[in-house]
Amino acid sequence: MTFENSILTLLTWLPVLGAAILLLTPKTALNAIRWISLIVTIVVFSLSLALWQAFDPSSAGFQFVVDLPWIGDSIGYRVGVDGISVLFVVLTALLMPAVVVSSWEVDSRLKEYMIVFLVLETLMIGVFTTLDLAMFYVFFEGTLLPMFLIIGIWGGSARIQAAYKFFFYTFIGSVLMLLAMMAMYWDAGTTDIVRLLGHDFPVGMQTWLWLAFFASLAVKMPMWPFHRWLPEAHVQAPTAGSVILAAILLKLGGYGFLRFSLPMFPDASAQFANFVFLLSVAAIILTSLVALVQTDIKKLIAYSSVAHMGFVTMGIFAGNALGIQGAMFQMISHGIVSGALFLCVGVIYDRMHTREISAYGGLVERMPQYAFAFMVFTMANVGLPGTSGFVGEFLTMMGVFQVNTWVAFGAAFGVIFSACYALWLYRRTIFGALTKESLKGILDLNLREKVVLYPLIVLTVVFGFYPAPILDTTAAAVDNLVAHYSESTGRNPAVDLADERAPLEYVAPAEGAEQPAAEEHAAEPAAH
Amino acid sequence: MIIQAIVFLPLIGALVAGLLGRSIGHRPSEFITTGLLLIAAVLSWVVFIPVAFGDGLVGATGDGHAAVIKVEVMRWIQVGDLDLRWILRVDTLTAIMLVVVNTVSALVHVYSIGYMHEDPHRSRFFAYLSLFTFAMLMLVTADNFLQMFFGWEGVGLASYLLIGFWYTKPSANAAAMKAFVVNRVGDFGFALGIFGAFFVLGHIDFDGAFHAADEFATTGLPVIQFLAWQLDAMTVVCLLLFMGAMGKSAQFLLHTWLPDAMEGPTPVSALIHAATMVTAGVFMVARLSPLFETSPVALTVVIVIGAITAFFAATVGLVQNDIKRVIAYSTCSQLGYMFVALGVGAYSAGVFHLFTHAFFKALLFLGAGSVIHAMHHEQDMRNMGGLARKIPITYAMMMIGTLALTGVGIPGTNFGFAGFFSKDAIIESAYAFGGNVGSFAFWMLVVAALFTSFYSWRLVHLTFHGSPRDAQHHGEGPHPDPTHTAHETHEEPIDDSNAPDHAHAAHAHDDHGHDHHHGSAYDNAHESPNVMLVPLYVLAVGAVLAGVVFYGMFFHDVEHIEHFFAGSIYVDHQIIEDAHHVPTWVKWSATIAMIIGFVTAWYMYIRRPEVPGRIAATNPGLYQFLLNKWYFDQLYDRIFVRPALWIGNAIWKGFDDWLVDGKITEGLGRRVQNVTSWVVKLQSGYLYHYAFAMLIGIAALLTWAIAAGGLI
Amino acid sequence: MGLEIGLGHYLTVAAILFTLGVFGIFINRKNIIVILMSVELILLAVNLNLVAFSAHLADLQGQVFALMILTVAAAEAAIGLAILVIFYRNRGSIAVEDVNMMKG
Repeated sequence: MTFENSILTLLTWLPVLGAAILLLTPKTALNAIRWISLIVTIVVFSLSLALWQAFDPSSAGFQFVVDLPWIGDSIGYRVGVDGISVLFVVLTALLMPAVVVSSWEVDSRLKEYMIVFLVLETLMIGVFTTLDLAMFYVFFEGTLLPMFLIIGIWGGSARIQAAYKFFFYTFIGSVLMLLAMMAMYWDAGTTDIVRLLGHDFPVGMQTWLWLAFFASLAVKMPMWPFHRWLPEAHVQAPTAGSVILAAILLKLGGYGFLRFSLPMFPDASAQFANFVFLLSVAAIILTSLVALVQTDIKKLIAYSSVAHMGFVTMGIFAGNALGIQGAMFQMISHGIVSGALFLCVGVIYDRMHTREISAYGGLVERMPQYAFAFMVFTMANVGLPGTSGFVGEFLTMMGVFQVNTWVAFGAAFGVIFSACYALWLYRRTIFGALTKESLKGILDLNLREKVVLYPLIVLTVVFGFYPAPILDTTAAAVDNLVAHYSESTGRNPAVDLADERAPLEYVAPAEGAEQPAAEEHAAEPAAH
Repeated sequence: MIIQAIVFLPLIGALVAGLLGRSIGHRPSEFITTGLLLIAAVLSWVVFIPVAFGDGLVGATGDGHAAVIKVEVMRWIQVGDLDLRWILRVDTLTAIMLVVVNTVSALVHVYSIGYMHEDPHRSRFFAYLSLFTFAMLMLVTADNFLQMFFGWEGVGLASYLLIGFWYTKPSANAAAMKAFVVNRVGDFGFALGIFGAFFVLGHIDFDGAFHAADEFATTGLPVIQFLAWQLDAMTVVCLLLFMGAMGKSAQFLLHTWLPDAMEGPTPVSALIHAATMVTAGVFMVARLSPLFETSPVALTVVIVIGAITAFFAATVGLVQNDIKRVIAYSTCSQLGYMFVALGVGAYSAGVFHLFTHAFFKALLFLGAGSVIHAMHHEQDMRNMGGLARKIPITYAMMMIGTLALTGVGIPGTNFGFAGFFSKDAIIESAYAFGGNVGSFAFWMLVVAALFTSFYSWRLVHLTFHGSPRDAQHHGEGPHPDPTHTAHETHEEPIDDSNAPDHAHAAHAHDDHGHDHHHGSAYDNAHESPNVMLVPLYVLAVGAVLAGVVFYGMFFHDVEHIEHFFAGSIYVDHQIIEDAHHVPTWVKWSATIAMIIGFVTAWYMYIRRPEVPGRIAATNPGLYQFLLNKWYFDQLYDRIFVRPALWIGNAIWKGFDDWLVDGKITEGLGRRVQNVTSWVVKLQSGYLYHYAFAMLIGIAALLTWAIAAGGLI
Repeated sequence: MGLEIGLGHYLTVAAILFTLGVFGIFINRKNIIVILMSVELILLAVNLNLVAFSAHLADLQGQVFALMILTVAAAEAAIGLAILVIFYRNRGSIAVEDVNMMKG
């Protein structure tokens, strides 16, 4: 039992241990329940920081690996993290204490509520740490159940339908993914992700596997037009549920693309890149426009999440370091920012019990601190430089510009539209005169809310000015991924313009949305 | 250290006033932010004076391209080949901007202490002002495209916050949002331009990019596949970048936010929407002059857009009634002048006009603020008049500003106000550029100069001369007070009719009602306190002297310019030589236009005040067209805003709700329910039915097994 | 007497018992208790088979299984009766006709 081989196991299973302790706590001991949950989540968070601290960013491989035989010949207890997954573990662990604190005043079934959240934490961390395909599936699908309960039990008035919609949308896609996983096992003879990463799947098979994974991951992401469950789930979920949903669960999709689609099915990824670009740009433009006309605060933010996830998928399938690093950063940043935005909505929802934008207006009069916090997160959502929202958006667009200018052109509209909907929301809720009678007595942030929101403000701004901690952590793993991807697809490695400029001066890099597999063509002149 | 201090002192001020303002109180917030800004301003001059009058930048290292000081602050983004750092870069161009930004900002801080003294959110205001200054300083000290973009968006944020400072006013909120969004439209281009620049040039820092652009001279210009077309890469990049400049500098097509931005407090208009932020576009093109020089097409576009803006904004300025809007359109127009200068290759002339314009336009705005302050927040010039007697110092300052703006001076000599030197330099350069584009720009600018003179004097006449027209005095009949009519500018007594502009006013009465105030605003008008007047004095000195003192460095002769700028901008020898040798009538053209404008204004608003009304009445179409700013707002509303909302709604209701939800998801659900409601009838609930089914099943299975012969 | 009782006889009895049990379940329309008894009858038939084969093959395993089934059957009968008692208390009837809450 060293730090090296126990840390991931501890991180994964501690929350469940906490849940077990909660089970033994009488349900009327509300304070005990709250404090136990908080302490457990904080301990997990501290451990995750220790993990990040001990993580060696210069190595591209998996670290803290444990590989024990478990079920049959194939399925093993395998855990490990690399530069792509370690940050998601930290992000999950970071948001859980915030979620617990923001749920301090939950008035019904607090004990069950906390248990469900702690179990969910285990499952989420498990997804990111496991290195076994079968276990990945179990964790990946497992997250559905607690979320289903969270929406279905503690949700709003139309919670049942939303919960079902959430469940079935995500589940139907996953069934196909399960089939694909079986096929992968039959082809490679192992469920060990590390070995699968080194396995070359036949090109024809890759197409089907890619599509099956896409069915699950695109819904999870969610990519347009599979996003319909998200606004509804967000609207009906309790605040803490929305936070976890937006901040972590959506990232499972992006993580899946990075862990499976791109490295394991590189040829299929290159083949489908333009398809993904099309959906990404559609997400960025269309859902932004839809966000513009929303009347429900949470729905607006949910639609904006879809648009932001468009940047992620676009960056991932750009297939160069800029795009993928940008996508990674965008996911982490969006985790913080959208989580915080939903927390912000929760603050006023707790006071007014409505999410209608028209019920608010002039909040800055009574809630200046809230207005400040909301402004920071709004600006991060808009992608203002100096906030974390900017770095990811910018890198993904920059990465995709080198692959396909149409896509970059379309995505850049997101720059305009995000300002429109976010500021329009801010103007209608925060600015204006405080004329509504019901708002006259509204109180500013209390200590608990400050404890939750202010650290997130700090993170948002710090990562905007100094994103190095995140980018450095992901660099080696992403470079490795890019090298592998370009090697398999015959693309020119990485973004180095020194090479790509050569074709630029004599012939243009032949790209265009109408040409499938444009990036393969683009690289050819350089290779000659 | 001095450079860090210049840039970060405002940030410290902003943080202190913004985060602690509530606890430390308004007075300390004001003093801390203003004090820090004053220090920064003094330090800026310390950096600038050796550049202007000494041997050049102290501590600079030349690297072949420019004499420059670089201070690395910290890492920013490192991905693959992209290596971005926070670096403060100071060269001559930056030093000029540092002086402009910090001087005007410091003066505006001081002025605001007086102007905002009644506002309950003063510390927030000062925090925003300092934040703006910081962002602007980051912009001008940027060493790479992205840092410039940071400053660019940062000033946009500060502008948004300051325009919407009075958040209870719906119009202010709308204007703030409009400013941000329109700027974002420009940033759409800017961002794509940055991607393109990085792709084409392979560097994101300026020096690297300029070196790469230089190499094109030997390797030939690259071609890029942009969208569906094969285009000259540098033209694409420069035009995209210029789109950003158009947004920030409120150029034609993206100008609509600037007049609305006047909803913000007046010091903000002076600082952001006149002297500094709106010139960021000009600064950007000047900074990137080595890139723009590689693309004649892009430069032509810059000239044309600049010339159209100069003309267009001047025409709209002719008929506006809000004192601040007149000056706002004037700013817009003057920015057009600067772009023409940049486009023809006379970058130094453009920067020169930027420099002088900052002083006299800030002066005009702060003077207008003083008028508004005196009139208790009345902004409609139709309700002013005769204020020269009540606020003589403000009047004098506004006169200086007007003389500088209209470019009063004697061609061929060194007598003239600041605007005279810089504006004439631009007009001469435009003429010297020649060709269709050059002459188009030249004539546009001359006509714009005429209009500038007209609307500036119209403003002065309506505000300061004539008789009071505010609520009390309105409709009382002529003022029998001949003593106040003699002014140093025009000796003849003013025709004291009280209906100078009435037909005018009746046409479009906006919401500036006449009965805002109890009692007479005119009678209560008072001169502003010293804290507001001292900044005016300082700016007035600049407005008078900035031209004559700095003419040599910016435009006099090529050697002087090259020495002064030390490689920080591209210097086109030919155009500057040519500009000095234009025909005499060209040199006099601007002055003559200015005189015509002055005489017309005098005739229409002093001599025969009924004329404007008559002209407006006889040309209602033209008048409405100008008054409504060429209907750009309505047009954009029709072609952008409403369709966007319509599409949003259509996709939401039509695609998401109706198709995906109604037909596919829930439709599928309903089909499943239909099928199961039929299948479910098999479940009778009677145990013996199930048992029977089981028995049948077993029997069938056994029969099959036996028949197949597998079991027995 | 000369009548040797062999495996075939046991199996015949067991088959008859089984058939009785099955018909007891699905022809019976009156009483749930009869169904319970029929289930016991089926189990008995199985037990008989197990024991008969155990004796026939001289393998004790069959008898062990039979004992286990007896235990389970006892538990099952107890639970079944308990459910019936509760059901009767709630619904006031244990007629088979009334026990169709599971219908679709």
